Amino acid sequence: MSSAQERVWILANYSLCTGCRLCEIACSLRHEGVIWPSASRITVYEHYPGVPVPHYCVQCPDYPCVGACPTRALRVDQVTGAVLVDPSLCTLCLKCVEACPGRVPKIARGKLHVLICDLCSGDPACVRECSRAGYNALKLVKKPSSTNVKHYAKPPELLAEELGGRVFT
Amino acid sequence: MQVYGLWGKVLDVDLSTGRVSEERIHPITYRTFLGGRGLATYVLWRELGRKWRSVDPLGPENILAILTGPLTGYYPGIKLVVSGKSPQSCGVVGSAISSHVAYSIKAAGYDGILIRGASRDSVYVYVRDDLVEIRDASRLWGLRGLEFVKSLRRELGRDAPSLYIGPAGENLVRTAAVMARWFHAAGYGGYGAVMGSKKLKAVVVEGSGPLPPVARREEFLKLRYEVMDRVAARATFRMWGTTSGLWRVGYETSSEPVRNWVEEWHSREDFNHVVIERKYWIKNPWADWGCPLACMKVSRAVIDGATYYTDGPDYEMGAYLGSNLGVFEVDKAIALSALADDLGLCGIQTGNAVGFAVELYERGVITRDDVGYDLRWGDFNGLRKLVEDVAYRRGFGNVLAEGTYRAAIEVARMKGLPPEEVLKYAVQVKGVGVGAHGIRSRRDYPQPVAYAASVQGGDHTSVAGLPVNSEESEVWSAFLDSAVVCSFTSVEEDTMLKFLDAVTGWGITREELYGTVGLRILSLQRILLLLGGPDVRWDPRVHDDNPPRFYEPLPSGPYAGSTVSRDEVLKSVAEYYKQLGWDEYGVPTEETLKKLGLYDAVETVRALRRELGAS
Repeated sequence: MSSAQERVWILANYSLCTGCRLCEIACSLRHEGVIWPSASRITVYEHYPGVPVPHYCVQCPDYPCVGACPTRALRVDQVTGAVLVDPSLCTLCLKCVEACPGRVPKIARGKLHVLICDLCSGDPACVRECSRAGYNALKLVKKPSSTNVKHYAKPPELLAEELGGRVFT
Repeated sequence: MQVYGLWGKVLDVDLSTGRVSEERIHPITYRTFLGGRGLATYVLWRELGRKWRSVDPLGPENILAILTGPLTGYYPGIKLVVSGKSPQSCGVVGSAISSHVAYSIKAAGYDGILIRGASRDSVYVYVRDDLVEIRDASRLWGLRGLEFVKSLRRELGRDAPSLYIGPAGENLVRTAAVMARWFHAAGYGGYGAVMGSKKLKAVVVEGSGPLPPVARREEFLKLRYEVMDRVAARATFRMWGTTSGLWRVGYETSSEPVRNWVEEWHSREDFNHVVIERKYWIKNPWADWGCPLACMKVSRAVIDGATYYTDGPDYEMGAYLGSNLGVFEVDKAIALSALADDLGLCGIQTGNAVGFAVELYERGVITRDDVGYDLRWGDFNGLRKLVEDVAYRRGFGNVLAEGTYRAAIEVARMKGLPPEEVLKYAVQVKGVGVGAHGIRSRRDYPQPVAYAASVQGGDHTSVAGLPVNSEESEVWSAFLDSAVVCSFTSVEEDTMLKFLDAVTGWGITREELYGTVGLRILSLQRILLLLGGPDVRWDPRVHDDNPPRFYEPLPSGPYAGSTVSRDEVLKSVAEYYKQLGWDEYGVPTEETLKKLGLYDAVETVRALRRELGAS
């Protein structure tokens, strides 16, 4: 079992994000085999022009979603630290969404379970795509040990206000 | 019969009756007209062709078409096409716009939306997959762009992809654009006014499903990455966007509108994208959905305590609301561009009309009594006021709100002048102001025949050119607008056609593209353009020509004295028509129509030829 120090993590650079959503395309191609942004485990919000907010699971050290799941459909991947969803156990009760500090878990029409980033077993397609396009807004890094990661797990509209407030009034 | 890359159906919304239905589009129709601009032309011909001349573009009979194409969402660089009978040209203009609505329509299970009729009260169309509603827009009507986006988010509780109009469209201004994502516009054609005439403030689409299946998935993915890598390597395009044209097209190729095209050259080193980048860009690069190029930027300028936000501005907006108005202070060009965006005006058409007005004022054709205030080159406050007056149809703005061509006719009437005495200052072709790329220096991409023979008039994104079986030809633009991809991320023909084949399995060859498929779209557009009406009609012997200004020698710059001759242009027009299989008036011949399978247009071209006195 690898320790948290060796785990990978997706670091978002909001300044570099172009809002192109290639990450959503890559994620849905990897997980669903088709271009399906609504089923992407990463979502880009943009409340202010030029202030995109990539939004995805940051693997909170205390995993409130896992604790909140009444059917034990969520568990932590012991290697990557990602939250894994067992589709056969998830009842779409959305308790995990309520427990998540960023309301990250997604539902998509036709999917009978919540969608949460699984870190693509350690090699996330979104990061690859972002880097291939030369934007480098998403970087794969060693997971910071600090609880600071939770700062990235706010609801998108709050992140948008914080980021947008710098340039928009 | 399976269709790939498309769903094979469009939404049909009638705002007069409130009826919503789905219309199946036969796979053969797609194979014949592709989608986007081609499908719009087909639908308009089928439904309105018989009575085209009497159809008022701003009446309930007109159909607003919002269409994707087979490559939309798959090919990197997203667009959709807005079309209908154009209140500018009275033909069909395929007006491409980058918008999240494009993929969202497909994600909702449709290939497009047709909107007909007109509502009595202001409404917006809301689509969430198979839920389609015509909703009250009374709280949104009247709002400018930035405020509209905020209010819509408040109303829905979240962001949703939308196409919308500003006050200009609501006021039926013929230079009004259909807007998206704050600063994006489908400007050519004047479809903002068509939405306004239908009392339609917005079309909001929240599609939640996947894109339709493609014919050959592995090949599609391989090509997608191949194109992505090539497009992502366009480093200076990404860094500067088209804003770099403000200096290059002016100083270097000498083909930029300066003071209503009196000149096409400037040497203002501070009217430059690098200055804008350092002082005004708050976001660079900025991208549209799925785009590996990211040519967009967001700029912010503060003037007299007011803050203005716009994109680059891109070259067209910066040129038309900057140099064309004698505005060489970039912050003021940004502010005017921001104003046009917020009011929902097409920056090109509005800058064209306003530049025309300033020249008339400077020449004394119109005076302070007509306008109510001074109009001077580079005078920001007067220009800003006039742009607002156009959007709200106030005072002389109401004259310009008809677009440059119709405004010229009206000014001639007001002043008791022969129309040609005013039209000589109107830099437009067939009711459409010419895009910001001149032909006189011969150093820019449009050929002398570019605008004179285009089926979309002055549209710089759809220019005619020789030879007809090459990317120089308008057939190529018709293809890009019908597959519906962005011309900035497009690559050479062979790869585009391979891509189309991987997605659709249609097997369209280069020969077929130029010989039939693209030519078919162009020919039908040409027929509808020549039918025209009700308020204007185009005579090919008169109107298949450049604006008079383009025959004046350039007065300044490295190509001073350079021009094109009318004789040369008319010869090229004739050659272009001949190569396309059109007659000397640019009417597709019966033989050509039969080759294209457009049998039901034969009677119409016979009538057109009779009107022209042809044998």
